[in-house]
Amino acid sequence: MMSAFEYAPAPQSASVVDIAPSYGLFIDGEFRESADGKVFKTVSPSTEEVLSEVAQAGSEDVQAAVKAARRAFEKWSALPGAERAKYLFRIARIIQERSRELAVLETLDNGKPIRETRDADLPLVAAHFFYYAGWADKLGHAGYGPDPKPLGVAAQVIPWNFPLLMLAWKIAPALATGNTVVLKPAETTPLSALFFADICRQAGLPRGVVNIITGDGPVGAELVAHEDVNKVAFTGSTAVGKEIARTVAGTRKKLTLELGGKGANIVFDDAPIDQTVEGVVNGIFFNQGQVCCAGSRLLVQESVADELLESLKRRLGTLRVGDPLDKNTDIGAINSAEQLARITALAEAGEAEGADRWSPACELPSSGYWFAPTLFTGVSQAHRIAREEIFGPVLSVLTFRTPDEAVAKANNTPYGLSAGIWTEKGSRILKMASKLRAGVVWSNTFNKFDPTSPFGGYKESGFGREGGRHGLEAYLDV
Amino acid sequence: MSDARLGVLKTYKLFVGGKFPRSESGRVYEVTDSKGQWLANAPQASRKDARDAVAAARKAFGGWSGATAYNRGQVLYRVAEMLEGRRDQFAAEVGAADGLSKTKAAAQVDAAIDRWVWYAGWSDKIAQVVGGANPVAGPYFNLSSPEPTGVVAVVAPRKSSLLGLVSVLAPVIVSGNTAVLVAAEDAPLPALSLAEVLATSDVPGGVVNVLTGNAAEIAPSLAAHQDVNAVDLAGADAGLAKDLEVAAADTVKRVLRPGTGTDWFAEPGTERMTAFLETKTVWHPMGV
Repeated sequence: MMSAFEYAPAPQSASVVDIAPSYGLFIDGEFRESADGKVFKTVSPSTEEVLSEVAQAGSEDVQAAVKAARRAFEKWSALPGAERAKYLFRIARIIQERSRELAVLETLDNGKPIRETRDADLPLVAAHFFYYAGWADKLGHAGYGPDPKPLGVAAQVIPWNFPLLMLAWKIAPALATGNTVVLKPAETTPLSALFFADICRQAGLPRGVVNIITGDGPVGAELVAHEDVNKVAFTGSTAVGKEIARTVAGTRKKLTLELGGKGANIVFDDAPIDQTVEGVVNGIFFNQGQVCCAGSRLLVQESVADELLESLKRRLGTLRVGDPLDKNTDIGAINSAEQLARITALAEAGEAEGADRWSPACELPSSGYWFAPTLFTGVSQAHRIAREEIFGPVLSVLTFRTPDEAVAKANNTPYGLSAGIWTEKGSRILKMASKLRAGVVWSNTFNKFDPTSPFGGYKESGFGREGGRHGLEAYLDV
Repeated sequence: MSDARLGVLKTYKLFVGGKFPRSESGRVYEVTDSKGQWLANAPQASRKDARDAVAAARKAFGGWSGATAYNRGQVLYRVAEMLEGRRDQFAAEVGAADGLSKTKAAAQVDAAIDRWVWYAGWSDKIAQVVGGANPVAGPYFNLSSPEPTGVVAVVAPRKSSLLGLVSVLAPVIVSGNTAVLVAAEDAPLPALSLAEVLATSDVPGGVVNVLTGNAAEIAPSLAAHQDVNAVDLAGADAGLAKDLEVAAADTVKRVLRPGTGTDWFAEPGTERMTAFLETKTVWHPMGV
């Protein structure tokens, strides 16, 4: 049923990207099959179509990749910083040139809307390479001593929610500081990393400096446990992060972890309602809520809760769920059947535990993995939906009366990645920001990122920072 | 009657929450000097003592981390003043504990006092050195600043009973963390005397808690404790350090691993401070 104000479809053509029927591992500057010939399929979450077949790395491949990285390390780390910088500038430029192609690819493989890959992911990916390119020949000025040294071979394991952006966060600072890398993208989103391998080729990056191995969790576990790895960087679930921390215990491997979150978005009675509603929506529905720093708990001051919720529900009714390649789409597909099952189970737990569930009327496509934007009210702090990371488009709403109560509730979680504050009162923002135990605090905005800005968590959200001058430390022997 | 006066022996006690309790376990162990001569009985802390110490450290965290950096600097400087006044006592204790000559013991005490003063001066500078404005590509005010991570459990170095101790304790608390310190098992007396100094200076109760006894018994419960945010493994041997690191993984604690052959006399740099700092980045739109 088409109303007068319905948008016409505005599809982005998928023809700008050419996905090969199969991909190998990228080791020592070339693509090769896995040693045992195993492969797995990667599908489009919005259609369940198979996009390509990708090599499943095994032990031998891990060995080969680390060996290639080790071999390349000697020359790469000895290169003058200014030369490494130029490689990174080349990569950054090529990413810009191929930006639309990569955005479409990412949308196909991940399920997130093209509006986000085009306008958020890809510009940030290029910006990260530009930012760290500039550091490569200025490391003596970074505050880590006059001549800080790289660590060696970095094992990097990244998640599926921002495949190319997480690659950029890991690879750009690693290369700038003179390390070489073996990166394993997530099993459900391997393609953009493999396209990145091709960018490395175009940039003329020396062989072995960047190696990409694809596969499942056990391959990642093997990679981080490899004895010739000097640095482990992981972004993903807290459970896996803990396992990795156990693995590297007692070794000299440097570790940084970027784990889960249960961000509180705190709205005071003097907050500008419309601006706040936009921020709350961005906070929890950006990338279908599959964001570690998502504002998944909304804490509203009691006196404005009704008014805010009314506006919020009205706004949710205008969100467009569907084809991620449509430029008007706000909410795309959930990344995998497995993730959809998890979101579904937690939402059901919310209902079972007595919270009130609400979703706007919206039709979901018949194939693919979809979850309607969902709001829970009447949530108590003990409810699973208020404590566990859902990693989906599900917002839990709680209320508070005083700033102290808001702080206590916001901090009442083992996580500490992000928080939001909405108020017109500057002194209150500063006080709240100082009391919230979170690595990033967005006031009167949410989900903003920039390569110059360190990002990372307190408590069980991990340790170490990515981005900015601080992000260099993870890859330097300091 | 002998001419020699019989000395009054000191009962050494733990330092928890600003008070000096005996171990709840009622245990003590014999402390000897480097030649095996009996010096004193030190309390042998239990896991319960460790939990009490964590509770005290957590209780003190809000006030200590919320104090101004200037205030913390003043308090630390005051500790140095108190140490200075007890130089001779510490020189005697360090000499006995570490088996050092009078001169060398005195040099260690002097270095420890100077180290404490050095860290005191960092309180209101570390944020300027490791924090700052981020020039983001957009209309936002964006600032990163360091904050203390919380309660830090410290396994003090087994060598260098005062200088090593001060070199691991001062960087933890100068930035606003609170500490639970496990003193060197064989040389605990300087640590317990340092506790007396802390108690008579202006350090709020609970900011530093000192446990003596067997690190292999006490430290695992600290490394596994849900309410401890970080561990400094300076004094743990390789086997214990690994076990503690594994235990720390369950709560994603920050871990500072033992250094190899640390020279406690060398200027330490900022690493021991930054190891226990979080970076918080605050964004705000800029406009009218």
